[in-house]
Amino acid sequence: MTNPPSATREYLKPPITEVGVLGWLRGNLFNSWYNSLLTVLVLLALWQVVPPFFNWAFINSVWNSPAEACRDIDGACWSVIPQNISFIIFGFFPDGQQWRPGLAMLLMIGLVIYSKDRKHWKKSLGTYWLVGLVVMATLMYGGVFGMPVVETDQWSGLPLTFMLALFGMVAAYPLGVLLALGRRSRMPAIKTLCVVYIEMIRGVPLISLLFMSSVMFPLFLPEGVTIDKVLRAQVAIILFTAAYIAEVVRGGLQAMARGQFEAADSLGLNYNQTMRLVILPQALKIVIPPTVGQMLSAFKDTSLVVIIALYDVLKTTKVTLSNPKWTGYSTEAYIALAIFYFICCFAMSNYSRKLEKALHTGH
Amino acid sequence: MKREPSITTDSELHPSAAPFWRDPEKRAIVFQVVALLLVGLVSYYLFSNTQANLQRQSIATGFGFLDKEAGFEIGESLVQYSAADSYARALLVGALNTVKVSFIGIVFTIILGTFIGIARLSSNWLLAKLAGGYIELMQNIPVLLQLFFWYGIFYESFPAPRQALNPFVGLFLCNRGLIFAVPESHAAHGAMGWAFVAALALGWGLNRWGRQRQARTGQMFPAVRVTIGLIVLLPLLVWLCFGAPTAMDMPVLSGFNFQGGVTVSPEFSALLLGLVFYTAAFVAEIVRAGIQSVGRGQVEAAMSVGLRPGQVLHLVILPQALRVIIPPLTNQMLSLTKNSSLAIAIGFADFVAVTNTTINQTGQAIEGVALIMIVYLFFSLSTSMFMNWYNKKTALVER
Repeated sequence: MTNPPSATREYLKPPITEVGVLGWLRGNLFNSWYNSLLTVLVLLALWQVVPPFFNWAFINSVWNSPAEACRDIDGACWSVIPQNISFIIFGFFPDGQQWRPGLAMLLMIGLVIYSKDRKHWKKSLGTYWLVGLVVMATLMYGGVFGMPVVETDQWSGLPLTFMLALFGMVAAYPLGVLLALGRRSRMPAIKTLCVVYIEMIRGVPLISLLFMSSVMFPLFLPEGVTIDKVLRAQVAIILFTAAYIAEVVRGGLQAMARGQFEAADSLGLNYNQTMRLVILPQALKIVIPPTVGQMLSAFKDTSLVVIIALYDVLKTTKVTLSNPKWTGYSTEAYIALAIFYFICCFAMSNYSRKLEKALHTGH
Repeated sequence: MKREPSITTDSELHPSAAPFWRDPEKRAIVFQVVALLLVGLVSYYLFSNTQANLQRQSIATGFGFLDKEAGFEIGESLVQYSAADSYARALLVGALNTVKVSFIGIVFTIILGTFIGIARLSSNWLLAKLAGGYIELMQNIPVLLQLFFWYGIFYESFPAPRQALNPFVGLFLCNRGLIFAVPESHAAHGAMGWAFVAALALGWGLNRWGRQRQARTGQMFPAVRVTIGLIVLLPLLVWLCFGAPTAMDMPVLSGFNFQGGVTVSPEFSALLLGLVFYTAAFVAEIVRAGIQSVGRGQVEAAMSVGLRPGQVLHLVILPQALRVIIPPLTNQMLSLTKNSSLAIAIGFADFVAVTNTTINQTGQAIEGVALIMIVYLFFSLSTSMFMNWYNKKTALVER
């Protein structure tokens, strides 16, 4: 019998190629011959693209200079944004009054941030929003406290984008839920109306609705009555988004088990109570991800008002670029705008993921 | 004995109980009548207003304008068109342009989206992260902004034809668009097309025969490989029979522009790039979800009954993944078609753009918007009819 070696037990370290940076590289980038080939090809492609882009965007670029300084450089002329920032953000809002839309936007962003926290989801939140909206509308339109009136055709730039998006989402959601309930209704007339509406709207591009609002709708009104152009576009966006929300909500309603309806019936709840207390809270929760998807589309789609000549932030950027001094820097301007849209959308989808997790009551 | 009435109604059982507004059935009738009345009244109100307005502004009604001379030029067209042609002809040109950009866009989108979706699932970390980054980036930027971006690249960043970029022989990039060489027209090309069609038909027949034989005898027939071989070889054979013509129609710079070859306008290129890059991000997510929806156990089971990797893909994974992929994929294709209407913003003459010009010239907004809606509804409804048929065909038979 041999005694086990007592003092000099030797621990073998794992081979250096399996742990640490090397191990990670081997496992994730070079784990087979074709993956190694792919990695090399991708790295080569990145080498072709990234350094020139980096040089263009950061090394040879100018950040805040007059237009003349941009003419003789190789790199990006980011100056197009800071030099025109007040027009891009506020558009045709009268000079000297631009603190008003600025303040309104700050208020809106503040309210959005405040509403993010679920602890604040109380009745008072609705009141805050109502008060906030009234204050924002007053700030934008003016006419009181010595603020000159600014007609809606001068509302432009970022405030317009935010306004179209915010109302587009907030008003479309309840309308969409109603339409979805109507589509699931047992009353044939109501059901048919809802189905026709939803399918019609979903079958046509948003542009056709915007055209309808801009060229066709004025014909619908009696003589002498005009409805503001911004409001008409806003209604078109709401009606369009609602049809899509309705389909998303219908998916949630269909996913509800029969037992839920039967249980509610057996408790003696009527239709309104069943929907409000039992079905909708569950159905709306399971469709949070696609709903946010639709909200994101609605936000991105506000840019389409460019086509009916409303001056949202995309249009003010385009107007800036049509100024001969700044023509030719569209790449820079559009990249900056893309970053703005990306941040907004990314924040929204991130929040929805968190909300989904927080509301998850399953196992 | 007194005859019992066959149905006892609620009111007979409890004569004093429910007033009519508590009876769900009667209430439903009231609701529906009210809803229909409201819709009818609003429609009548709008209709009468419209009638009055049209008369006052003396705008013609009806589709009579379709026969009149359009009087505007259209940049690119698949059929013969000049300003002297009728509005109907102009609208047809627009519709064909919409179909063209949608069809080409859909083909490229499916190819690119599938590649990115698979790359997203790759075990190669770098590739997977790049694909993920692409998807996040493209999904979160409005497609109209992307169209403007590509359009700006074509008009501002690309040089004039004289200094055109020439990445490889026969392809030129400049601010007049994309110009590339095509084979010089030759009698062989028509024949090769027919050979291709013949190969497809033959392959379809072989597939059928192979399946029937397998059902009868159990022997497999490598139908896919034979079909691919036929599709490649048959046209090649025809090409060789015609003496293998290789002459190319090369674009040559003459004066300020290129002569020869095929020119793709900057408008069309920008529209195509924007739509494809945007929609491909959504398609990639759909493809990824479809592939992930097939359980690992399915693959393992297929391998354990002795199927080869190709067969596992063809017989087990694809049929199940496609059932998940196809419905949302058709939705994306439809949304690409609808988004192609943004062409108007960068000056490509699609159906909406041509209709818009028509509206501006004739003032007949109602007919114009109605035409746009009808054309797109036709696309959507025919697609959803196909989808219903497909869903029924591939639905799991539940017992």
